[in-house]
Amino acid sequence: MAERSFAHEVGKLRAGAGEVFHGEGILAVTKALLQSGVGYVGGYQGAPISHLMDVLSDAQSLLKELDVHFEASASEASAAAMLAASVNYPIRGAVTWKSTVGTNVASDALANVASGGVTGGALVIIGEDYGEGSSIMQERSHAFAMKSQMWLLDPRPNLESIVAAVQYGFELSEASNTPVMLELRIRACHVYGSFVASDNRRPAFTLQDALDQPNRDVQRIVLPPANFLHEQEKIQRRWPAAVEFIRARRLNEFFGPAQGEVGLIVQGGLYNTLVRALELLGLADASGQTELPLYVMNVTYPLVDEEVIEFCRDKQAVMIIEEGQPEFIEQALNSILRNAEVGAKVVGKAVLPRAGEYTGAVMQRGVQAFLERHAPQRLQVAQPLLPPQPTELPKHVQALTGLLPVRPAGFCTGCPERPIFTAMKLVQREIGNFHVSCDIGCHLFSILPPFNIGNTTMGYGLGAAGASAFNQPRRQRAVAVMGDGGFWHNGLTSGVGNAVFNQTDNVLLVVDNGYSAATGGQDILSSRADNASKSTRHPIADAVRGVGVKWLRVIDRTYDIGRMRDTLREAMTTPEKGPKVILASSECMLNRQRRERPALRQAIKDGKRMVRERFGVDADTCTGDHSCIRLSGCPSLTIRPNPDPLRQDPIAHVENSCVGCGVCGEVAHAAVLCPSFYRAQLVFNPTGWDRFMARVRGAVIGFLQRRGERRRLRHAF
Amino acid sequence: MRSDMSATPETPVTRPITVAIAALGGQGGGVLADWLVEVAESQDWIVQSTSVPGVAQRTGTTVYYVEMAPKPAAGQRAPVMSLMPVPGDVQLVVAAELMEAGRAVVRGIVTPDRTTLVASSHRVYGITEKSNMGDGIADANAVLAALHSQSRRLVCFDMEALAQERGSVISSVLFGAIAASAALPFPRAAYEHAITQSGVAVKASLAAFAAGFERALQTAPVAGVVPPSSDPTTAQGRELDEQIKREFPAHLHGLIREGVKRMLDYQDADYARWYLQRLGELRNVDAQHGAAGGDYSLTGAVARHLALWMAYEDTIRVADLKTRGSRFERFRDDVKADAGQIVDVVEFMHPRFQEICETLPAGLGQRLLDCPRAQRWSAPLFRKGRLMKTTRITGFVMLYFMAGLRRWRRGTLRYRVEQERIDGWLARITRTVGHEYALAVEIAQCQRVIKGYSDTHERGLRSYHSIMAAVDANQGRDGMAATVKRLRDAALADEEGVQLQAALEQLAAGPAAVAQA
Repeated sequence: MAERSFAHEVGKLRAGAGEVFHGEGILAVTKALLQSGVGYVGGYQGAPISHLMDVLSDAQSLLKELDVHFEASASEASAAAMLAASVNYPIRGAVTWKSTVGTNVASDALANVASGGVTGGALVIIGEDYGEGSSIMQERSHAFAMKSQMWLLDPRPNLESIVAAVQYGFELSEASNTPVMLELRIRACHVYGSFVASDNRRPAFTLQDALDQPNRDVQRIVLPPANFLHEQEKIQRRWPAAVEFIRARRLNEFFGPAQGEVGLIVQGGLYNTLVRALELLGLADASGQTELPLYVMNVTYPLVDEEVIEFCRDKQAVMIIEEGQPEFIEQALNSILRNAEVGAKVVGKAVLPRAGEYTGAVMQRGVQAFLERHAPQRLQVAQPLLPPQPTELPKHVQALTGLLPVRPAGFCTGCPERPIFTAMKLVQREIGNFHVSCDIGCHLFSILPPFNIGNTTMGYGLGAAGASAFNQPRRQRAVAVMGDGGFWHNGLTSGVGNAVFNQTDNVLLVVDNGYSAATGGQDILSSRADNASKSTRHPIADAVRGVGVKWLRVIDRTYDIGRMRDTLREAMTTPEKGPKVILASSECMLNRQRRERPALRQAIKDGKRMVRERFGVDADTCTGDHSCIRLSGCPSLTIRPNPDPLRQDPIAHVENSCVGCGVCGEVAHAAVLCPSFYRAQLVFNPTGWDRFMARVRGAVIGFLQRRGERRRLRHAF
Repeated sequence: MRSDMSATPETPVTRPITVAIAALGGQGGGVLADWLVEVAESQDWIVQSTSVPGVAQRTGTTVYYVEMAPKPAAGQRAPVMSLMPVPGDVQLVVAAELMEAGRAVVRGIVTPDRTTLVASSHRVYGITEKSNMGDGIADANAVLAALHSQSRRLVCFDMEALAQERGSVISSVLFGAIAASAALPFPRAAYEHAITQSGVAVKASLAAFAAGFERALQTAPVAGVVPPSSDPTTAQGRELDEQIKREFPAHLHGLIREGVKRMLDYQDADYARWYLQRLGELRNVDAQHGAAGGDYSLTGAVARHLALWMAYEDTIRVADLKTRGSRFERFRDDVKADAGQIVDVVEFMHPRFQEICETLPAGLGQRLLDCPRAQRWSAPLFRKGRLMKTTRITGFVMLYFMAGLRRWRRGTLRYRVEQERIDGWLARITRTVGHEYALAVEIAQCQRVIKGYSDTHERGLRSYHSIMAAVDANQGRDGMAATVKRLRDAALADEEGVQLQAALEQLAAGPAAVAQA
């Protein structure tokens, strides 16, 4: 279990009708699921929806009370396939993941469930990882909704709207027998706000009820002839039902006057940014009241033709504010209006950037450009709130752009993955550079300074598969890296099994830190910790041997750089054929410290003898060449101005945040670097013997030091 | 749900106050945002906060964005709050590090007419600054100038240091500075209440909050200090000092004093006199060839680099520095040991066959070094690094003994080798100064590429030799001073010597190629 406790958040989930719930967006979604009588929830963790998974994982007793089944799925595909429970039975189910990467993985199951359709409401909550802070390829989940004909909700980013969307999302799903996607952008997932809660509801029909009265309908299974029927059904029945529901329930919203020479159409999720832009331009007040007709699409797929036509009929031009590309909505609007012979011009990407996040400044410029072209009189009467901003910053500020240091993501202080890449760097020095195929996870930070190791990353768990083409009888083998998270997600089959079957000669380095660490430290199959609700402690080594790997080396302390280096060298040079797997295991330091730091503090408080280790650098002997940093990159290993008046380069320095992992010293040793590093052991609550020995040593050492000091003073300047 | 918005409200809607917080992973930006939420809610305001943490949690920067407004009265509508800062419309920007404050300015969210900027002036160095082989630290003054010119009000001081002083974390000091900046209309007590509410390390946080509050009220930029070189304390020191004052231009006295001190500390008075003698010869040449009324920049450069070279780091020196009482005090201070706490120290030494030979008398050392059999037989001894406990008697005495070899240093192999290198370097400078003064200065500064130990040291030495070879091969060529500087920068640019190699090849290709570069 992730070492962080979510007990406080779990308490919030119990709020009853009328209570005001305060919290972040994704937690509000969690609460809304329980209020909607959801029967089961699954998903795969990843920013920005990890919190939903973490909180539910800690809320077992509450879930049991409500008869809700929760599963930390093995992958997004597993999660999506869970929705099968809603096909035959009136059970509401929700699954969640990071998108578009998770949706990619899930799309096989999603396409199947969307084809056959659902009886109980099926909700897919996707954290749209797009724009600032994103860590993945920049794509739109919108395309998945279109290709499988699932409906896509994009509510206004305030807690009330988001909670409402969860509730009507289930109803829409049931009314149209179609799974519904609820898209939340990063900031919306993390937004802190409030809404008035209602009571949690037990599902009317439970999973147990389904098992007691199994029910099947061959028409819901994707196999001929039903598969052809499904397509017809989607178009003829489910789609119109959805449109009717959206229209009747007024899921989309209209603000401002209905009439006008121009109007704005906006995705719900961008509403707040648009209102701020209008406000600053003097076209709306702080509450969003505006004289411009505004059409807010809380459902961005399917579009409601009637609404679109009605909104656009009297207007000369409408602006569509749609983030990301391709501009599916803009294209659809054009098609709807042309077919209906409505003359309004559709202006979207013509005044907004085709690609990239729509920030406040981008939005403001876009709206201004639209109005300048199509309704300049609106701008003439408006009183902008801000004085006109200079189009560019002063020269001396612009000059900072080149000067400000970049801050690429990197390994945490004491991270057990750092020494693995240090060892890799050392082996490259010996036998020459090699091709490295990377994976998704913290270890991908190896591609950035100071390691600069790695050529490609092809997706979660696909590190080994990404190297499979390089199975050539050459001097140098290719190396693949894979994390334990990726290993269990699919790497065991797509990577290890594939390598065994195809008789790969490559080297696979599995980084086993005990958690799905990059997503927040969730437990996985091979986690070493006990977990009350999950089965852990299934060693990766057993699985690797189980699929037929013969050459396996297990390193249970990655900080041993010498051993790490020797093992890697052996894997690279051994004449033995077939896949060579190195399993490098050490616990994620972030999680380890979460557990150990409070324990150490308590033990010291209790008067127990404790030793805390940390590293230091001698300012006198450090010459400021920073080799150590280039081989380590630890955040706590930094630089400071050189105290030596003759030397000019800054020296290395270890900050007090050091957790004493030992990599500095190991690096100095293995790379034969420099004698400046020392390890200090701070003794808390020393025993009598400790104190006695310290006195003896102090006396001898002190005597010699005073002697040396006297000589130096005599011969001093 | 067509919203009816035609009715005009009784009172206009109040605009929210906008706050952006830029913090690095681990600086408590999230805690700060939570505290601000708590403050605003305690005053019956409505508040929204959001962030884009993601991978930025791992050593990157996160911007937290908070909006707050008074709770609307009955019949009054609530403001729509934005999820991201708009340039020109941010009232309060908080930055937990100097470069992050600079980044906020570059993003345009700090504007002269509107923004109060609360920023810590301390530095958390970026990886590119840290891994630079020389000095890659970004210019803080350029950033400070931008902070001053772009903000309406700037509250800027070293909040990290103040936090450590109060045994707390930077977020508490920042919180105090925010309260004192008066950018938000809340009483001090509301801030303190928020800290108490959070229930974590309350006492230390409150102390740091108060310190930040007080300090912010009297904030002023502080310039860097350069400690002056201390006066002599012994007869020989006074004698050497007299000599410095007699023979060298006044503006170099401080630097040369440091050089002489280094020689005394490293070896003895004779060594210091030799340093002054070598330097004096250079000064004569400098006087002869330097520009009229020149600033003796060659003598200055040699004073620095000759001292560093003559005090080369051999095993004796390392042992000496490691065993000093002052060093023991310093590491206790570095690791933040409490007074009287027992601290054990383990050193990571990795002496190689070569270093041992170099510490032996020159003849014997050289013979051993040249003997492949000795190298082979002793190899197992040097394969692994040694851990030495300097705070234990055995370890200390071994190093102390090693340090004592100082009096025989002049006989060692390393001494002979280094003095030959120094002589060669000085001779080259002397030869060059007549032709091109600036080139001589650049050559003097090339000592800078030789640093570190073992492999690193050898790499530096190789770079130095290639640069010198290039100097010899291109005698009389125009612009060689600039070329040497470029080569030196290239040598410090990467470990593998790729850039230096490229620069050398470019130089060999001819003047046209160099001019293009």
